[in-house]
Amino acid sequence: MALDKNGIARRIAQELRNGWYVNLGIGIPTLVANYIPDGIDVEFQSENGILGMGPFPFEGEEDADLINAGKQTITALAGASLFDSATSFGMIRARKVQLTVLGAMEVSDRGDIANWKIPGRMVKGMGGAMDLVASAERIIVAMQHSNREGESKLLSACTLPLTGVGCVKKVVTDLAVLDIDPERGFILRERAPGVSVDEIIAKTAGRLVVEGEIPEMTV
Amino acid sequence: MIRKVVANTDVALDGIADGMTLMVGGFGLCGIPENLIAALRQRGTRNLTCISNNAGVDGFGLGLLLETRQIRKMISSYVGENDEFERQMLSGELEVELIPQGTLAERCRAAGAGIPAFYTPAGYGTEVAEGKEIRMFGGKPHLLEHAFDADFALVKAWKGDEAGNLIFKGTARNFNPMMAMAGRITVAEVEELVPAGTLDPNAIHVPGIFVHRIVQGTHYEKRIEQRTVRPKNPTI
Repeated sequence: MALDKNGIARRIAQELRNGWYVNLGIGIPTLVANYIPDGIDVEFQSENGILGMGPFPFEGEEDADLINAGKQTITALAGASLFDSATSFGMIRARKVQLTVLGAMEVSDRGDIANWKIPGRMVKGMGGAMDLVASAERIIVAMQHSNREGESKLLSACTLPLTGVGCVKKVVTDLAVLDIDPERGFILRERAPGVSVDEIIAKTAGRLVVEGEIPEMTV
Repeated sequence: MIRKVVANTDVALDGIADGMTLMVGGFGLCGIPENLIAALRQRGTRNLTCISNNAGVDGFGLGLLLETRQIRKMISSYVGENDEFERQMLSGELEVELIPQGTLAERCRAAGAGIPAFYTPAGYGTEVAEGKEIRMFGGKPHLLEHAFDADFALVKAWKGDEAGNLIFKGTARNFNPMMAMAGRITVAEVEELVPAGTLDPNAIHVPGIFVHRIVQGTHYEKRIEQRTVRPKNPTI
């Protein structure tokens, strides 16, 4: 069965390593914070100016002066720090943040990503996504394998305006975990429980490499 | 001590004229100069170019100045929360320039630091790079980006003193410090205006040299855009 949003988040949480600073985008990526594996210490960075971001506040304790990049009210954990936007993107460009998780509308088999604009229909802006993808050492994309029309979001070339080129190294969808090798394309690593390799092949429009037995994910 | 205190928000905006470029601090509705925005609406100044990360929401923040058609152009990184904004943008009434958030922050910082331009990797290979000089550093392509030039910067701080020194709270700091440094004339509104000598000099985020006018804000709604909470007494 395909994973739900929480399943995708739980699988991505398995990629977290001790001591990493992590930036989580809006949507499914935000859920990753709910599934940090035991024994792993990470700190969450939100690009509007906080390191050591904690969970949502208790009812009645919301502070208008403490929000994340999704404009949601949050808390600060022990050891947290606050800073301005230039410092925040300084730490992003200087690669102090080890992992960025973000959503996407399209990803290409060369690691290009599009997630900020649908010409004529939706123009919300790139926010911090272009800065993050241009500089992050590890980018994991969290998204559905297909869009609402049932079309593959894993393409040979993005059709929408790009957010970044050749930057995505790993994609976790409701169906599969795939690495990206710009020379070879999407490398299928794991499939969601009960999802067949044939289904993944059928729903992947870009180049897909299937080598040997593809294990089911453990989530 | 050089005193920066002005009597009210009207005096604070003295000199703002039609067609000027303004920086407006804040991220979403967090840390926006809500009293100065209200005064600017009263003032009725038009054809403004506003450099601000977002464009407010319908009926609050910069959304108030969009309602009255006072803004001609927005320079922002994310504008997704405002129906009136979207309507004006799609109808062509409002010009919009979208730029990466880190580039926006650094173009403010550069302006306040006397740096005319800089290179950044953000936006390479995208439409943001169109028409810009590209140069390789360490084998990686970078875009040349220029410092902003703003006639006025309108910022909001938590505390400030008579000398114009500012301290921010929480994530309400965001773009405010760099914009404060960048404005040709910087106006700061504060929740708490205190006498010189009250604030610890070690704790100042923006030194008063960057602030030309400081004013006590009279009303803070501090609206929350996305109220997200945990239940206080979870049933076990």
